[in-house]
This record gives sequence, C-alpha cells and structure tokens, in this order.
Amino acid sequence: MPRTPLAKSPMAPPQSFVWTRRIVLTLLALFALLPVYVMLSSSVKPLEDTLGEWSWIPSSFTLRPYVDIWETVPLAKYFMNSLIVAGAATVCSVVIAVFAAYAVSRYQFRGKRVFTVTILSTQMFPGILFLLPLFLIFVNIGNQTGIALYGSRGGLILTYLTFSLPFSVWMLIGYFSSIPRDLDEAALVDGCGPLGALFRVVVPAAVPGIVAVAVYAFMTAWGEVLFASVMTNDTTRTLAVGLKAYATENNVYWNQVMAASLVVSVPVVAGFLLLQRYLVAGLTAGAVK
Amino acid sequence: MTSLDVKAPAAGEAPSSPAGGPPRRRLRIPARIRRGGLPYLLLLPALLFELLIHLVPMVVGIVMAFKELTQFYIRDWGRAPWAGLENFRVAVDFDAPIGAELLHSFWVTCSFTVLTVGCSWLFGVSAAILMQESFRGRGLLRAVFLTPYALPAYAAVITWAFMFQRDNGLVNSVLGGDSFWLIGDNAFWALTTVAVWKTWPFAFLMLMAGLQNIPKELYEAASIDGAGIWQQIRRITLPSLRPVNQVLVLVLFLWTFNDFNTPFLLFGKGAPEAADLVSIHIYDSSFITWNFGSGSAMSVLLLLFLLLVTAVYLVITSRGRKGADA
Amino acid sequence: MRTMRAAAATALVIALTATAAACGGGTATNGEGSNKSPKKLTYWASNQGPSIEADKEILTKEIAKFEKQTGIDVELEVVPWSDLLNRILAATSSGQGPDILNIGNTWSASLQATGALLPWDDKTFDKIGGRDRFTESAVAAAGAEGKDPAAVPLYSLSYALYYNKKIFKDAGIAKPPATWDELVEAGKKVTKGDTYGLALEGSNLSNHIHQAFVLAKQHGADFFTADGKPDFTSDGAVAGVKQWVDFMAKDKITSKSAAEYAQNQSLSDFSKGKAAMVLWQAAASTFKSQGMDESEYGVAPVPVQSGTPGQGKQINSMVAGINISVFKNTDNLDGALQFVKFMTSDAEQKILNSTYGSIPPVKAAQQDAAFDKPDTAVLRDVLGTSAAPLPQVPEESQFETVVGTAIKDLFADAAAGRPVTTESVKAALGKAEQQMTKS
Repeated sequence: MPRTPLAKSPMAPPQSFVWTRRIVLTLLALFALLPVYVMLSSSVKPLEDTLGEWSWIPSSFTLRPYVDIWETVPLAKYFMNSLIVAGAATVCSVVIAVFAAYAVSRYQFRGKRVFTVTILSTQMFPGILFLLPLFLIFVNIGNQTGIALYGSRGGLILTYLTFSLPFSVWMLIGYFSSIPRDLDEAALVDGCGPLGALFRVVVPAAVPGIVAVAVYAFMTAWGEVLFASVMTNDTTRTLAVGLKAYATENNVYWNQVMAASLVVSVPVVAGFLLLQRYLVAGLTAGAVK
Repeated sequence: MTSLDVKAPAAGEAPSSPAGGPPRRRLRIPARIRRGGLPYLLLLPALLFELLIHLVPMVVGIVMAFKELTQFYIRDWGRAPWAGLENFRVAVDFDAPIGAELLHSFWVTCSFTVLTVGCSWLFGVSAAILMQESFRGRGLLRAVFLTPYALPAYAAVITWAFMFQRDNGLVNSVLGGDSFWLIGDNAFWALTTVAVWKTWPFAFLMLMAGLQNIPKELYEAASIDGAGIWQQIRRITLPSLRPVNQVLVLVLFLWTFNDFNTPFLLFGKGAPEAADLVSIHIYDSSFITWNFGSGSAMSVLLLLFLLLVTAVYLVITSRGRKGADA
Repeated sequence: MRTMRAAAATALVIALTATAAACGGGTATNGEGSNKSPKKLTYWASNQGPSIEADKEILTKEIAKFEKQTGIDVELEVVPWSDLLNRILAATSSGQGPDILNIGNTWSASLQATGALLPWDDKTFDKIGGRDRFTESAVAAAGAEGKDPAAVPLYSLSYALYYNKKIFKDAGIAKPPATWDELVEAGKKVTKGDTYGLALEGSNLSNHIHQAFVLAKQHGADFFTADGKPDFTSDGAVAGVKQWVDFMAKDKITSKSAAEYAQNQSLSDFSKGKAAMVLWQAAASTFKSQGMDESEYGVAPVPVQSGTPGQGKQINSMVAGINISVFKNTDNLDGALQFVKFMTSDAEQKILNSTYGSIPPVKAAQQDAAFDKPDTAVLRDVLGTSAAPLPQVPEESQFETVVGTAIKDLFADAAAGRPVTTESVKAALGKAEQQMTKS
C-alpha cells in the first residue's frame, strides 16, 4: 500500500492508523468478551472444575448445569416474573414518555422548563434515599385504597417505569424535535387532531428513537437489584433476586450460576444486539444532537 | 388512557375530512383545555408517576433526615422524635469516626468516579473513532463492544466476582500472582475494572452516535488541505464531539457516583474499606445499623453535592461552549 | 421569576403530600393483635435446609398436619437469608407483614426494640405449654435480659470442632485438642503444602462475631457493659480478637486464601481434606452433600484456654439458633399462637430438628435418640453446659457489622503479610466502637 503523503485520502488510512486500530480494538474486544467467555466455558464445566483452579478449557464438557438450573431454583417462575415486570414497565414507560416528549417538543407552555429540569434531576437521586419511603407509600396506598402495590408485580412495574422515564423523555424530546414540524402541521391541516398528528406522523417517523427508548427501559427493569430484593415476595420474585439462590448453605454452584446467568442474559443481549442499529440511529437523531 | 380513546376516532376519520379545520366535534376534550391544557394533559401521566415514585418519597426521605429514626421508632416512624440538624452534624463532624468514615468513603467514591468516567470515556472515544470508517468485521465488533452494556448487572458482576477469586479466579491465573482482589486495598482496582467494563460501552454508543452527526464535508475539506487522519481527528472529530461529551460526561458521572449494584454484587455485606463507595456506605448506615435518620441525612448531603457539581458543571461547560461558538 | 413561582408551588404540593404520607405511616401500624381473620396465617420461614425449594417441601408437609388439625390455612414463604432482615425491617416499618416469622436469634433484641413483635410473658408462654419446656439458655437468646422474650426458640445450634480423622492419625495426633494451645500445636503439625490445620472464613462477618464473642469471654471480657454500652477495647476483647486473627497471622495454621472466604468455602476445604479442622455449627449435612462420609471426621467440643468447658470463662460456644416470633398486629392472634404451639410441640421439634441437623430447644424432644448422633450429641452437650447467648442488645446488628468488618480487615492485613499486633487490633476495635451511634 502506498504511503506517500499524496496518497492520503479517507479511503486509505495510513499504516500507523490501521495498526493502532487493530491493536486497540483487539484489546478492547478481549476486555469486553473475557467475562462472557468465562460465563460460557464455566457453564459447561462439571462443578468440581469450577471449584478448583481456573482452567481455560473444561476438563469435560457437560450440559448438566443447564438442566439443573431449573430445579435448584424455580428459575422459570422468576423468568416469567421478570418478563412480565420488565415488559409491562417498558410498554408503560414508552407510552408515557411519548406523550410527555410530544408535549415538550411541540408546545410552549408555562412550567415546561421546570418539568424538564425536575424530571432530569431525578437521575441524581440516590436510590437508597427513597427505597424505604417508597415502600411505606406503597403500603399506605394499599391500606387506604386496597390496591396491593407492595409485594405485587404492579408495584415493581410502577417503580421501574419511572426509573427509565427521565432518560426516555429526554431522548424522545431530542428525537421529536428533529422531526420537521411541517410534517405534523400538514397533518393538522389535513384534519388530524394533535393526537392524530402524534400517532400518524410523529410516532412513525420516530420509530428508531422509540425502539431505542424501549430497549433502554427493558434493560433497566430487567437488571434492577435493590428494589427487587425488598419489594418482591415468593410469588413475584424476579431474576435479579432469584439468581442469588444458587449460593446455598452447602455449596456455591458456580457452574449453575454461570449457566443461569447466561440464560437470563440471552433475551436482553439478543434483543439489544438486534436492535442496536435503532439505538444508534435513535441516539444520533435524539440525545446527542 | 383517556387520551388514547380520543386518538382512535380522530385518526380513523381524518383522511375522509380533507376540508380544513380541526375536527372539533369529534374530540371529546373541551376546546378550552385543548387550547392551553393539552400539553399538561400529555404530561400528566409522566408527572404523576414521577411524583409518586420519585419526588414524594424523596421529600419523605428528606423529612426522615431530620428525625431520630432508629430501630426504636421505625415501627411508628411518624412519631419518631425530631432530631433537628443532629444527623447532619454527626455526618459532617469529620473529626469523629462516623464523619471521618463518610469523608473517607466520599474520597474513595471521587477517585473511583474520576477513574471510571475517565477510562470509560477514553475507551469509548477510541473505539468510536477507530470504527468510524467501515472495515471488515465492524458490525460484529460493534456487537461485541456493546455486549457488556446489555448484560444484566447481576449476571455480569457475579461473573467478575468469580474471576477475581484469589485461588480459583481467572485474573490471578493470567497475572500469575496470588493477590487478593475482593478484600484489602486491591478491591478498589477490582471495583474500578468492573465499573469501566460495564460503563464504557455506553460511552462508545453515545460517541458513535455523535460521530454520525459530523458532516462529511468537514473531513473532505481538511483532506484537501492536506491534513492527515490523525490531524483530522484532532482538529475535526474531537472538537465536534464537544456537545455530546458535555452530556455524556455528566450522565456518566451521575451514574458512577450513585452506583450501588456493582459494589453490592461484587463484595456483598461489608465492602472493603478501599472500595467503600458512598452509596454502599449509606446502605450500611441505614439498612444494617438501622439508623435511617442518619442514612437519610447522608443521602441528602450526597444529593446536595451532586446538585452542586451538576450546576457548576453546566455553568462552566455552557459558558465554554458559548465562548467557542462566538 | 415565573419559573421560580411554579417551582415553589410544586415544592409546596409535594411537601404537603409527603406530610400526609408521613402521618399515614403512623396510623397504619398501630393495630394490636386481633382475631379478625381466624382462618388464615402467613408464615415467613428462614432457609434452614439445602435450598429454598427443599425447605418448602419439608415445611409444607409438616404444615399440612397443622392445617388439618385446625382448619387454618397457612401461607408459607421461605425467605432467603440475604433478604430476610430487610424484609422484616420493611414489614416492621409498615405493619404489613406476616403473622408468624423466623428470626435469627442474634436479632432478637434488635427486633424486640422495635416493639413490632409480640412479647412472650408467662401467660402467653402458658398457651404453648409454659416457658420451662424450653432450655433456659435458648430462651435467654430470645430477647434482652429482664424483658419478656420477643420470640420462642425453634431450632438450637452450637459450635463444635470438626476434625479429619485420617489427617490426625497420619500426624500421630491421638485425640482432638481440648485447649487452644493444643489446637495450634496440632494445626502446626498437619500444616504442610496444600493442607492446613484450620479452615476459617476471613470475610464472614457473623462467624467472626461468634468466634470473637467466645474468645473474648474466655479472656474474661464482654463486648457490652452490663448497662448495654459498647466496650470493644478492653484487654480481654482485644486478646480474644487477636487470638482469632492470629491463627492466620501468627500461628499460620490457616490458608491465606481463607481471608476472602464468606460462603462456606471453609466447609468445602475441610471436606476435601485441605484442612484438618473447622469450627462450625451443625455441618454434617453439608459435609455429606460434598461427599464426605460421617466416618471420616470426628466431632469434639470447641477448645477452651485451659481446663474443661463450663460457664463464665469456660464457655466454648454461643447459643446459636432460630427463633419463631409472632407479629404484634396479626389478625389471627389465637391462630398464630396455635401455630407456634404446633411448631414447638415435642413431635414437630423432633421431626424438624432432626431434618435440619439442629438441636431442639424443647427439653423433652432433646433427649430423643435422633439426637444421639456423634455430632448432635456434642452440640447438645455444649448447649446444655457451656454455651452463652450473644449480647442481647438492640444494637446487635450494628455490632455485628462494625466489629465483623474490623476483623475482616484484620484478616486482610494478615493475608497481605502486614503485622497484626495488639495495638493494631485495639485500634481497629476502637474505631469500630466509635462508629456505634450513641442512642
């Protein structure tokens, strides 16, 4: 490859760049994948292997842990709970965020700034500060209205939807603002109401942004630990809490821990990687503008 | 949900009424509200939920900070005695052990945050810039880089804890040493490594998105001027990322400073002193020692600090930005 | 300006809502016990068996008998240890909890202080057959001295010394050590290569507390004064803690790896023959599940400084165990008491305790042949003669955290090769003492 200064063009980066790229990206890829490899290889090891010195290759290959995980812990039940909670929280969070972001991006009204600042500042709240109060409020609502929030999936859904809401609203405001107003004004002229314009014009145009927000909301709900450990009980326990049960009085079943970790990661990682194009597009048009 | 009911007829009939004017009759929202109130109506659900889940508990938490809320009162904490500023006084009395511990934990958190945010940004920006041009395997590599971000925290951190074990862990096997990573002073580095691993893909994602907003013409122009790729990165790419960086660094800072999951899952009860982050410290102070008043006071101080930093940061960066634009 | 006003208004609304919520917090929890729903009970059990699922199976079978006898429907939830205290705390602060629950007996005084648990005065005790059905040391671990207990003992445990017969024989050690000097000597004899004398867990906070308590007692010290003030830096307490850490720091009869153990790794080290001794409570079922046969190990009382185990300076175990409590604001007080009576009946005590490898705190059940096995016989003896309850103070869980963490850090020092001296132990304990909030 010619390396004279004249040959420089965006098409042919210099060798120094190519080598830097190779080295840096290889190192980063190793760093990123190391735990994934550990998970994968340990999950097909016999228990003895995982309790002894680390080895890169399993001494014998077994799929036993993948069978056992469902019996040691009622993983299927926790899986369903996580799915219900994270799914519902995502749907609600996205719908609410779409409304709010539409209002902020399309209307001038009093308190707009207060709203955006307040909602963003909730990102600053240390979760521990409102764990106990939130719990008490749920119980109080339960006592006064008979709506059981504490211990129910509903309570957890409510909590999680608000966790992702600020970021979602903020990102969608950016995205919606990037959609030309002419489009929805045209829709208004065509006889759509404001909500018609939102759903017929803005939402379809903002699909990447909305998908990005949904992915984010789902991941937030799927991975939360602290609130899940206090707000759930036997029937509503989610994966985040359930996974701890592989460390029992007798043994830490490391191979099962790894197998279970992998199994519970698959839905989010697969979904995330499939939808990452949208995520980048959503961020490009929205948040980072 | 009422707003959804409204939507259906309006949307369904819209195409059939091309004759101008909004379809007043079909909307069930009174005109007065629609004119001025619609935005509020749209915001209502978001506000309501934020109020219920974040703001009210938050204020309750602040109230708790002024109470003597120990195990003697939690059963009936509405009637716990007011402690005035006592909880705060104890927390900031840096000569006494409780204050000293909090201060120590604060410094640990500061170094942890600076390192984590710094490394995450550096890794993220390097990867994003190096992957700006397409090459074979770029799509795959992008998926690889984003995986740590997509993995649920508990699954990933448990795996790291497994890797950091002294005798059976991968880390010592690779490094050939027999150091402890989960106890003692090294715990800080273990914690930072895991946090960087979890955080940098987000920086990468944001910066990658940011790069796509830089107009191609800028590079073409620079290329014609004879600027090499390194110069282009320095003169075009990095300055253009400024607005993204402004938000990104702030978000990373807040998330890292408040990070609870990573140390909690990595160390369990009783985090080593070297890795005693403020969030864990507060958790211990409230949930293990059952002194929720004192724990809340510490949280309030933490919140004030974060507010202050954010405000100062926004003032400085936006001033800098205006200056650069001018 | 306008923005400011709006912000102020929002803040005001929030504050008002919050006050309302705060007031509500009080009223909801004031209910005293009643019999509003006599056909239903909720029971939170702790995890005693090999897994949550196993516990559910064991308990469901027993509870079915109770349901048949009384017609009361019992909703059982086995709560993992990692969540139990937080769940109880949440239940306490909200009044929204189970009717009956298991608590670790070291939490008794802390939970008693909240006032959320039904106090067991003599009249209440009579409803389940009287206080003297239970061993006195177990009842003493159910609440602060001079107060009506907050719970009833359910399963009792004590510490014992488990030793590997083969390693001892190979090293020519004829009988298990009865004093700490003998233990160190035996430990040094067998420590070579990958085998160590003693297995312990340097990051296991509650285990540290249990050991430090006993060793301090043997040096004539208590971690709390008679009127409940923390006193961590007395010579005896420092000597006790130092002796515990010295197994790694000075005597070097413990693997350095143990400094990061916290999840029963010491037991797997022992069952794999990597350590000759371990101090534990009822470890038989764990050893069995890890493939170590009962014939391979012996069980002996935990050593003392000199002489034979007894009371006072001669104790060699804490009274460990699980208590069962009734929530004060239960809607089915009579049913709850019936349930406690059922769980502490002689028959159930035999079944449950022998299943879990623990010792019945009910005297009549204790003498059953089921508890004559080598290890349970030792545990029973120790409980009867030379065990004492941990300090029953409201700040117990705080004590466990600060002192436990201090000892964990000392082990980290020892493992890193830093010297552990009387001064450094005293400094660590002094720091811990000052962290106990005055109340």
